[in-house]
Amino acid sequence: MATIDLNKSTIRELNEKLQGGSTGDKFIVNNTVGKHALSVGLTKEVDVEINGHVGYYCAGMNQEASIKINGNAGPGLAENMMSGEVRVTGNASQYAAATAHGGLLVIEGDASSRCGISMKGVNIVVGGNIGHMSAFMAQSGSLVVCGDAGDALGDSIYETKIYVRGKVKSLGTDCVEKDMKKEHKEELAKLLDKAQMNYAVDEFKRYGSARKLYNFDIDQVDEY
Amino acid sequence: MCGIVGLFIKNPKLESQLGALVAPMLSEMTERGPDSAGMAVYRNPNEAGCKVTVLAQDSEFDWEKFEKSVNTNFLVNKFYVNQNHAVLSLNSSLDKVQDWLHDNWKDVSVTSAGSNIEIFKGKGNPADFIEQFDIKNMTGTHALGHTRMATESAITTEHSHPFSTGQDLCLVHNGSLSNHNRLRETLRRAGVQFKTDNDSEVAAGYLSWRLSEGDDLDEALNHAIEDLDGFYTFAIGTKDGFAVMRDPIGCKPAIMAETDDWAAMSSEYRAIATLPGAENARIWEPEPTQIYSWKRN
Repeated sequence: MATIDLNKSTIRELNEKLQGGSTGDKFIVNNTVGKHALSVGLTKEVDVEINGHVGYYCAGMNQEASIKINGNAGPGLAENMMSGEVRVTGNASQYAAATAHGGLLVIEGDASSRCGISMKGVNIVVGGNIGHMSAFMAQSGSLVVCGDAGDALGDSIYETKIYVRGKVKSLGTDCVEKDMKKEHKEELAKLLDKAQMNYAVDEFKRYGSARKLYNFDIDQVDEY
Repeated sequence: MCGIVGLFIKNPKLESQLGALVAPMLSEMTERGPDSAGMAVYRNPNEAGCKVTVLAQDSEFDWEKFEKSVNTNFLVNKFYVNQNHAVLSLNSSLDKVQDWLHDNWKDVSVTSAGSNIEIFKGKGNPADFIEQFDIKNMTGTHALGHTRMATESAITTEHSHPFSTGQDLCLVHNGSLSNHNRLRETLRRAGVQFKTDNDSEVAAGYLSWRLSEGDDLDEALNHAIEDLDGFYTFAIGTKDGFAVMRDPIGCKPAIMAETDDWAAMSSEYRAIATLPGAENARIWEPEPTQIYSWKRN
């Protein structure tokens, strides 16, 4: 177990140390005070615990690593994550898990606007509410929201399963409510279990793509 | 890009430390705006008369001559020079002072007017600005600061924020407005004067105009949502507090925090992290188009 104090180490030193870790290594990071780009570009199965609030782009491009943030996260958390797990005990700012291809992001508090924008396979579980324009142009993966969703949820969505337990302020273009089939209930139960969120699957509704934007509709030519 | 900070003191015991608390916040936002910096400080009210801050661009400007002239023409409560700015607390109506400045001192411009507000701004690194203007030793009830990364107009002192929007009102802005040219012309026809081609000055001018049309600050900001096109997080300083508002898309960052002792806003948490008790503060992100304000009772 190695402890890195950001009052003494630079962000570059921190990231080099974390990136150089071997499978099974454990790290603790202290004195973050909202600094940017912490714990980015990890490719090994290491365990990182970050104590304090983090700034922009924490845990970006994560592969394999398991990163826990005891605090709030700024914009761009786990951007383009490929695999592994990122967990925030507080809230996350805008565009969490943007374009992320895989892995699991758990936000125990609220997520701000554009959560899961252009998500490409990541699973996201939010314990609280999410802001407007979340899952915009989402392509693959699942977004679970245990609270409420803001305006224009799933706007211009391609594919992605969105599960919301609370109210949805409004659905975006081409995003519709869909049936909860057996396979969806199973998937949701698994995600809730993995994220350690204690809610009944039956409390959630599923939303997804109406697939009307896949092809150009000649009747809408006047719109352009 | 730009960085915004705002600090409102709730516990009067901390008023003597306002500058010491807000200077590290501004310094922390240097990377968001290394081109210029500015600060509005609310303190030492001169309710009986008025308080005006003036700026002289010429480094050789004769402040002694200026002070003598002020003393000859007005009953002076306090006059002090800070770098290329001077703060005048006078027992006179604001209109009279502004007319006198306009008629006699073409080479100074007014950065703020009211009874409490003082605005200082300068080109260059925020750390130098803090040092030169001795921000750390300023006392007061609340302050708004700005670090600028210029994107749409020149880097000069006059293009720097905060912009005065009326008596004891000022505005700092992170973002960019896309309809500022047309709006500036509309406002000019309505009698609003502009010193620069800066987009944020148009937002300030817009709010001044709405307030002069009888809006209160909330109404003026709600009208701004309709008429301003672009991206913005605004922090607006008022005589007894400040207000924060983000555009409907809400893509420019803003974070707010509050304890029993203070309320603060900034572009990023790391500026707030410098405040005592920040780790246990209530922290949240302002919702788009919602107006958040603090007021002294």
